[in-house]
Amino acid sequence: MNLMESLLLLIYLIASITFILGLKMLSNPKTARNGNLIAAAGMALAIIGTIAFYTDSSGEHLGNHLWILGGLAIGGIVGTMSAKKVKMTDMPQMVSLFNGMGGACAALISIIEFKHLVHDFQPELYAGGGYTYFSTLDGVSLLVIMAGLIIGSVSFTGSMIAWAKLDGRLNDFAFSGQHIVNILLLLVTVGLTTMIIFLRPEETIEFFYAALVLSAVYGILFVLPIGGADMPVVISLLNSFTGIAAACGGFLYDNTAMLTGGILVGAAGTLLTILMCNAMNRSLLNVLIGSFGVSAQSGQSTGVQGAHKEMSISDVAVLMSYSSKVVIVPGYGLAVAQAQHVCHELEKLLTEKGVEVTYAIHPVAGRMPGHMNVLLAEADVPYEKLKEMEEINDEFPSVDAVLVLGANDVVNPAAKTDPSSPIYGMPILEVESAKHVIVNKRSMKPGYAGIENELFFRPKTSMLFGDSKKVLQDLIAEIKNL
Amino acid sequence: MDQLLNWFTQHQDMIYIVILMIFVGIEIIGRVPSVLHTPLMSGANAIHGVVIIGAIIVMGNADTTDITALILGFLAVILGTLNVVGGFVVTDRMLEMFNKKK
Repeated sequence: MNLMESLLLLIYLIASITFILGLKMLSNPKTARNGNLIAAAGMALAIIGTIAFYTDSSGEHLGNHLWILGGLAIGGIVGTMSAKKVKMTDMPQMVSLFNGMGGACAALISIIEFKHLVHDFQPELYAGGGYTYFSTLDGVSLLVIMAGLIIGSVSFTGSMIAWAKLDGRLNDFAFSGQHIVNILLLLVTVGLTTMIIFLRPEETIEFFYAALVLSAVYGILFVLPIGGADMPVVISLLNSFTGIAAACGGFLYDNTAMLTGGILVGAAGTLLTILMCNAMNRSLLNVLIGSFGVSAQSGQSTGVQGAHKEMSISDVAVLMSYSSKVVIVPGYGLAVAQAQHVCHELEKLLTEKGVEVTYAIHPVAGRMPGHMNVLLAEADVPYEKLKEMEEINDEFPSVDAVLVLGANDVVNPAAKTDPSSPIYGMPILEVESAKHVIVNKRSMKPGYAGIENELFFRPKTSMLFGDSKKVLQDLIAEIKNL
Repeated sequence: MDQLLNWFTQHQDMIYIVILMIFVGIEIIGRVPSVLHTPLMSGANAIHGVVIIGAIIVMGNADTTDITALILGFLAVILGTLNVVGGFVVTDRMLEMFNKKK
């Protein structure tokens, strides 16, 4: 082992430590930003170290420096620009998009490595065997290549669909028997993988590309029917998929940095996904088979109908100014209207008048877990004002007025009362136990999950129609005039 | 079966890394407040961009006469970099907003 190799190993060790440290620091509000920077620094170090010091088994250095640097420059510039330009509301799509890029990268690596394996395969070296990969040590490497290919391409197409759906470019789509098709696709892909390992390599190139296409199709069909409150789960799951795909590369190249980073994200992402599934009373298996979009559609027909009452801006202004405790429930409507700053202004105005104002944050409000926190943090809302679901649910009985801003499914009582509802079992913010509920929405249209909300027809509830930003501005003006 | 056992012996240290990292990853996520779920997911998203190292190795080993390998490798490097750079910048932008309020 020469100096360069040892140096590179040291660099990978440092990078691995920064990944762990970075993730750990990311889980505390005080250290989060530095954590991100530390992990980024470790990543930069690992990239530079690889270009400068990497040697293959025969001691050869990496070539094609211009290609590598060119690719890094293009990706770096485009990545920075798009990440800087994206609006706060479009953040979830952006994460999904970047995740897909990582998945595609892993799949491409597998394609190239497979071609190398086929090209370099020398049956005469393995005399006596059946001339298949399985009779060589490459058999397991091939398994790793296949895993990287399948997981990477599922992650790529899945993330692209998730991106298109969150961006409003694509609607939910489901056909009957879709999960049977999905399971079949998976089985065929596994079958192809087995054949690739047990057959003569020159016969399996078609199977390899078939596996690539099938897993790409699986990724599409897997995400297409899923909608509404389930999107966060999907993004988190695909995120951990890409982590595992990256770890496959770690095995392939005996690369500890790739292995640590990939497995770390794979494990953390999977746990986060399971936590989110639990919060919505779904099993992960159910998510994996991709069948819950279908049940969401069947729930659509049993809509609750009835009369809702509206309230004027001035009445709301009076009600809120003379309350002692007001809770604001933000949802995706607030994000779309970019009303977070106005919302903070309202909160400050009410606080000056002696009203106690807090925010109730549902874990899956918006399009991603913590989406609302990021949005409100952008508007400088103090951290202490944000209450998590469990904490605030006990407080609602003593609350005078709840202002629901563009949230729907997370306050839908059907989740507790109606077993046929697709969101049945999901914990909700129990706004109903407050004295008054004011719901701001653009129209009576159902929420993202496509189900009617009984809450809007309850006697305690008053509707306040209009764009969140406009309504809040009017409300502020009205309160100032009181 | 022999190959599998052989492979296990050869990659013992890596298998240990996998097992330990699974526990580390779970420990880290287990204590995170839901406020930070989005930035954390985004940060994790950037970290799995470490796949870029594989892309660089593939690109660097590519035979200069093999146009397909060159193009695919080049594409892989671009996509991997997008994942890394975009991921870290987006995460930083999110966290910037948390820091401002103090």
